[in-house]
Amino acid sequence: MYGLGILQGLTVTFKNLMRKPFTIQYPEERIPQHPRFRGEEFTWYEERCTGCASCAKYCPLGIIKIVTHPGKTNMQEGDYYAIDVFDIDIGRCMFCGLCVEACPYDALFMGSGFEEGQYRRQDLVIPVDRLRKASKRPSTWFRPQLEDKGYNPHTGKELSWRQVGRHQQPSQEDLKEKWAER
Amino acid sequence: MTLKTEPVTINIGPQHPSTHGVFRMRVTFDGEVVVDVEPVLGYLHRGSEKLAEERTYTQVVTLTDRLDYVASMSNNLAYVLTVEKLAGIKPPDRAMYLRVIAAELMRIASHLVFTGFWLNDLGALATPLMYCFREREKILDLFEMLCGARITLSYMRPGGVFQDAPEDFWPALHRFLEEMPNYIDEYEGLITGNEIVLVRAKNVGILSAEKAVNSSISGPILRASGVEWDLRKADPYEIYDRVKFNIPFGGVGDNFDRYFVRVQEMRESLKIIEQCVEQVEPGPVRSEVPFLVRPPKGEAYGRVEAPKGELGFYLVSDGGIAPYRCKIRSPSFINLTILRDILVGWKLADMIVTFGTIDINMGEVDR
Amino acid sequence: MLEGNAIFRNIYCLLAGNEGNAAYCTPLAPGQYGYAGVKFGLLPHGWEWVAYFVAGFIIVFMVVNAIMLSTALYTWFERRAIGRFQARIGPNRWGPFGLLQPIADLLKMLLKEDTVPKDADRWVFNIAPIVMFVPMLLIFAVIPFGKSSYIANLNIGILFIISVTTVSALAIFMAGWASANKYAMFGAVRGVAQLVSYEVPMVLSIVGVILLSGSLSTISIVESQRLPFLLLQPLGFLIFLLAASAEMNRTPFDLIEADSEIVAGYHIEYSGMKWGVLQAAEFAAPLATGAIMATLFLQGWRGTFLPSHLWFLLKVFSIVFLLLWIRATLPRFRVDQIMGFAWKGLFPLALINLFVTAIEVLIWPLPNTGQLWLMVGINWIVAVVSIVAFANILGQRSFRRLRPRTSPLAGVTSEVG
Ligand code: SF4
Ligand code: SF4
Repeated sequence: MYGLGILQGLTVTFKNLMRKPFTIQYPEERIPQHPRFRGEEFTWYEERCTGCASCAKYCPLGIIKIVTHPGKTNMQEGDYYAIDVFDIDIGRCMFCGLCVEACPYDALFMGSGFEEGQYRRQDLVIPVDRLRKASKRPSTWFRPQLEDKGYNPHTGKELSWRQVGRHQQPSQEDLKEKWAER
Repeated sequence: MTLKTEPVTINIGPQHPSTHGVFRMRVTFDGEVVVDVEPVLGYLHRGSEKLAEERTYTQVVTLTDRLDYVASMSNNLAYVLTVEKLAGIKPPDRAMYLRVIAAELMRIASHLVFTGFWLNDLGALATPLMYCFREREKILDLFEMLCGARITLSYMRPGGVFQDAPEDFWPALHRFLEEMPNYIDEYEGLITGNEIVLVRAKNVGILSAEKAVNSSISGPILRASGVEWDLRKADPYEIYDRVKFNIPFGGVGDNFDRYFVRVQEMRESLKIIEQCVEQVEPGPVRSEVPFLVRPPKGEAYGRVEAPKGELGFYLVSDGGIAPYRCKIRSPSFINLTILRDILVGWKLADMIVTFGTIDINMGEVDR
Repeated sequence: MLEGNAIFRNIYCLLAGNEGNAAYCTPLAPGQYGYAGVKFGLLPHGWEWVAYFVAGFIIVFMVVNAIMLSTALYTWFERRAIGRFQARIGPNRWGPFGLLQPIADLLKMLLKEDTVPKDADRWVFNIAPIVMFVPMLLIFAVIPFGKSSYIANLNIGILFIISVTTVSALAIFMAGWASANKYAMFGAVRGVAQLVSYEVPMVLSIVGVILLSGSLSTISIVESQRLPFLLLQPLGFLIFLLAASAEMNRTPFDLIEADSEIVAGYHIEYSGMKWGVLQAAEFAAPLATGAIMATLFLQGWRGTFLPSHLWFLLKVFSIVFLLLWIRATLPRFRVDQIMGFAWKGLFPLALINLFVTAIEVLIWPLPNTGQLWLMVGINWIVAVVSIVAFANILGQRSFRRLRPRTSPLAGVTSEVG
């Protein structure tokens, strides 16, 4: 009534005029992402990957392409399927993280970046070489073992494949004992 | 002497600032007055229902994110509830609390988006929109902590949620709960008492309770018309029977009521979250469900009170790893059925505002 | 017309300061800017018209460019200020604090493709932006920017302003009609109705000022303001503020280009620099309004301590900020409400204001300070009472809060649940 509501509205906007702006200057300033952030590009540990292709099967879009061949030695002697191709088509990926959830060997992790713009679509396919060479800063998404350590991919250091598993690596004696029994 | 006027037909949409996506209305005007409205849908059709038939039950969760993309959590919730009903899975308590917290946060976020865009429709130069999005950002930050994404959340899984909330989520949630009521007061100061909003919204676009019920309207629109119908109370799912909250509802069913019901709902949602935070106890967050859920043959209909109304999933299982049929009852689509009734006879400006209060989301309408 | 202008005088006398002009080119009274008496101008006798022309041209050139520049600056200011009102930053990339943003905008608009719709009336379509912009410049011709600096001392200054601003209604209709677009047509039709209606209260609210000052010339209005007319004419100020924001179609009266309804209204089909000119006219409008209001209601350039130009700028700035603030806050009216507001609200209020002022002027034709303050008191009381009365007659009943109550269909709910 009598324009009092309008005056009240004017005070609200004036109060906000006095506040600090809440937007940030993106390329210079950044909002720190949470360690769980699901982003590009994937962190993949070849040493851990067995080529089981669970991830490929679980991807709702089927955009992970895996080609393997059996290693030269027997599996029991510690060899695994050698990975020839492990391509992820980020151009179609929706970063749902189901592939990471499906990986039973903690070999695949979500990445933590988001600035992967490319000019051509084929550049959006992450080939296996790039995955091998990429810096290993895994997101803690669906990896409680990393979260328990308080790991933060944005500030923490790179993790080697030995540090990211959900189980302790067995000692040499344990291994010998285990394999000797067989 | 009466002037002879000729009706003008205008396409409002699919590219129009206030059709909230790619909705198109073929409107016939007589001067400024709306004579006829014909909605044209389907510009955003992606065949979600068909796609769901080719995905495993877990993978469909990612599809539900894309239905109502400003309220993905509620879609997740509706879907996983249905799968659990179908497969007879009982999620652990903590998971249910986490889901309710997430869904209520999502409700606040969705209503914030409504409030901002509605004021934009009213012509307020994006100022309330900016304020609302500022708070929505905070909710999205919380979601990022919770599940690593901001819009396409995929947080819930049949049998619980995929992961427990991280340590720093709870203090952040507390801070949000403390700040938010002040912000809501601020919006109310800006909008609720504003004379221009009142003359624009009061007694405009009235939807009677009878008509609303007969057209199967649900959600805040129905409650604004004076029908006390909220699935959280009427058919309690999850842990809604363990928390106390009111259902705000209006009397006239005009645009202002539809706005005001939503603002009140935000406050009620905050109350629900507060109680959930008090009640939640440590425990597992995901029951032992295999990755490939194989529900027995049968069918189930699960529904939740999504921010826009009753969101239902109807799943038919043939015992396989993927649903045989998935039907989505999307509130936005059904709420659109009253379009002609509440738009015809009003002016062009009223049409935009009334259409804004239906609060549709094209991702959900076209699926 | 131009004679009182100090710069004009200086240039003119420098060029043509000879015996025939001796009286005009003698130094003015101390304290006034003026020409310090040169006996010989640069031009020979008989060429005074050239001097007149050159001096006039220089003045106009200066003022037009100053207005263009301040319009550009104002676009920056408006965007920054609205940004801060909306809790964001606003353009800040190009130049210090984003000050060069207008230049970037200009470049962008110049480089854009200039499209004309196929069915458009090409001539009218192309002329409309110019018709829109020129009146904005013409307004400044009669505004005194500071002590003895103005372009023209027109004895019907206010009438000139009113008649010139009316042209923008024509421009809007031209633009909207020529675009051959239905949205543009809506904007144009709304525009004509709105602009014509709001002319009436606007003019009536100025009449009070004219009565008090007894002159139509803006220069003598400034000089006659012993108290700012804001105090003497609160109602007039308010009506003028509202009517002026309707005239330049800013929120809450921005029906003409209502972006959420008719997208951009009359300029929906414009692109490139034509659109830029339309926008420039739109951004010059608040400056023009600010200048007019500062002149009519805030004592124009008068003020102590500071130089007169700075006072004037300050006053314009405060008005412009007020307009900005309103723009950042309010939603817009509906088309019938806007007409109702003009004819049922502002028009009678303006009549009341005129009536009261006329009676006061009749009683105290030459008021002393005490009588002036008495008039201030009366006018404020009249303003408050009449606003409250009209709010009661026209206004919305106070709104009711939503309260849980028994629903008419309560039975339905419990059945299903
Ligand atoms: S994140 Fe989702 S879409 Fe992307 S590769 Fe993994 S499973 Fe596929
Ligand atoms: S990344 Fe994991 S799931 Fe994928 S092939 Fe390797 S081990 Fe299997």
